[in-house]
Amino acid sequence: MTQPNGTGPVVLEARGIVKELGGNTVLNHVDLTLAKGDLKVLIGPSGSGKSTLLQCLNLLHIPEDGQLLLDGTPVNFKKKTDLYQLRQKVGMIFQDFNLFDHLSAHQNVAIALKKVKKQSKKQAHDRACEELARVGLADKMELYPAQLSGGQKQRVSIARALAMDPEVLLLDEPTSALDPELISEVLVVIRDLAKAGMTMLMATHQISFSAGLAHKFVFMENGRITEQGVPSALLAENSGSRTRDFCAKISELTGAEA
Amino acid sequence: MHNMLTFFSSITGSLPYIFSGLWITVVLIIGAMGLGLLIGIPFSVIRVYGHPFARRCVALYVWFFRGVPVLVLFYLFYFGLLSWLDQIPALDFLPLGDAFFAAILVLGMTTGAYQTQIFKGAILSLPQGQLKAARSLGMGDISAITSIILPQALRFSIPAWTNEYSIVLKDSALAYVIGVAELMSRTRSVAAITHKPLPFTLFAGLIFFILTWAGVKGLKRLEKKMQIQGYTQ
Repeated sequence: MTQPNGTGPVVLEARGIVKELGGNTVLNHVDLTLAKGDLKVLIGPSGSGKSTLLQCLNLLHIPEDGQLLLDGTPVNFKKKTDLYQLRQKVGMIFQDFNLFDHLSAHQNVAIALKKVKKQSKKQAHDRACEELARVGLADKMELYPAQLSGGQKQRVSIARALAMDPEVLLLDEPTSALDPELISEVLVVIRDLAKAGMTMLMATHQISFSAGLAHKFVFMENGRITEQGVPSALLAENSGSRTRDFCAKISELTGAEA
Repeated sequence: MHNMLTFFSSITGSLPYIFSGLWITVVLIIGAMGLGLLIGIPFSVIRVYGHPFARRCVALYVWFFRGVPVLVLFYLFYFGLLSWLDQIPALDFLPLGDAFFAAILVLGMTTGAYQTQIFKGAILSLPQGQLKAARSLGMGDISAITSIILPQALRFSIPAWTNEYSIVLKDSALAYVIGVAELMSRTRSVAAITHKPLPFTLFAGLIFFILTWAGVKGLKRLEKKMQIQGYTQ
């Protein structure tokens, strides 16, 4: 029985998630709980299953086994309407932004409001303006993704996800595809979201940034969660944790602070 | 001198007759390409996203209409299938005995097969993340396909579709074999009567050329108009 470790009730819970891809078991009985207001950070080597886990949490990948509970209610993997409902409440930010290339920044944010939430054109338009202003892109509303920088694209994708009023936000290495100078503009938005109490699960290599914000680090390796804990404890000098080893290697390679 | 004059007048006298076949050809093309679109778009979506059985049915359709030459299909449909179906009273509302109808049907179903492949290729060339992002926002598959996938895929298909247009235009000239009074058919009639095939064939060739050129130019304009801003693939 997993205990909530955040400040509020459990919003999203994964029990015993098993996922196979291309003959390999990518996720091997993973349990994870997100309470309201939690910010948990997934850390681990490539291929550990972080991305797959995130995509199982909004059922972009359907797990072979396991349960997913949203606000305590199990989600039926076989029912399309259940899937659509879940995805409205669980937003996702991708490493490659995945903006809709044929639509302007503004239209990118507004389209799901119109098609999924069935809002009127005016409602959707106004909300889109609001969200883009919130991420600091009010003046770039009419530009198309190809005309935006990486950092701007990622901020639009955050605005797009937030417009749906999700209960949980999943972030799959949101800054990994960005030039170093553009990373901070996205981190600022993420930090503000965390401070505002958004429930988030983020996979990232930005250790120093996350250590200051995250309630828990979750270390994944070979499809399993091997360590979980408060960042300061896991990263402490004599903790002997796998997390500390891994983060030390990152800073060795990139010269960044661990 | 007198012979030259009669020569020219015999040619110019017949040109209007040949030229009026132009409109039949144009309607033939529009009908065929239109039918091709109506077939190609849903079939390509089925090929990429549909259930295995539906995908196999579409694959069979494409295999057939790409494999059998248009000329053979004209005969098979007009003298075969359609004349047989014409005998069913329930289908009297359809002009099954009409060669023009048969020609549009055959040309349309053939280009439909090729257009299925064109659109399928364009859909598959889109980054997978487009559909993932649409789904992650809670969009249903149909919504995602119609508002995210197809608008992009169709834009990228315009060059290949232009190519298909020029092919269908040339194939339409074969419709004379079932008696459709289009350009080529009229050219042949006049050539047979006057025993002067060359000038009339050249004239018909010129018209076909202009039709191709005009169509390609028009589609190029469309492509420019629909271009996604700032996008280079």
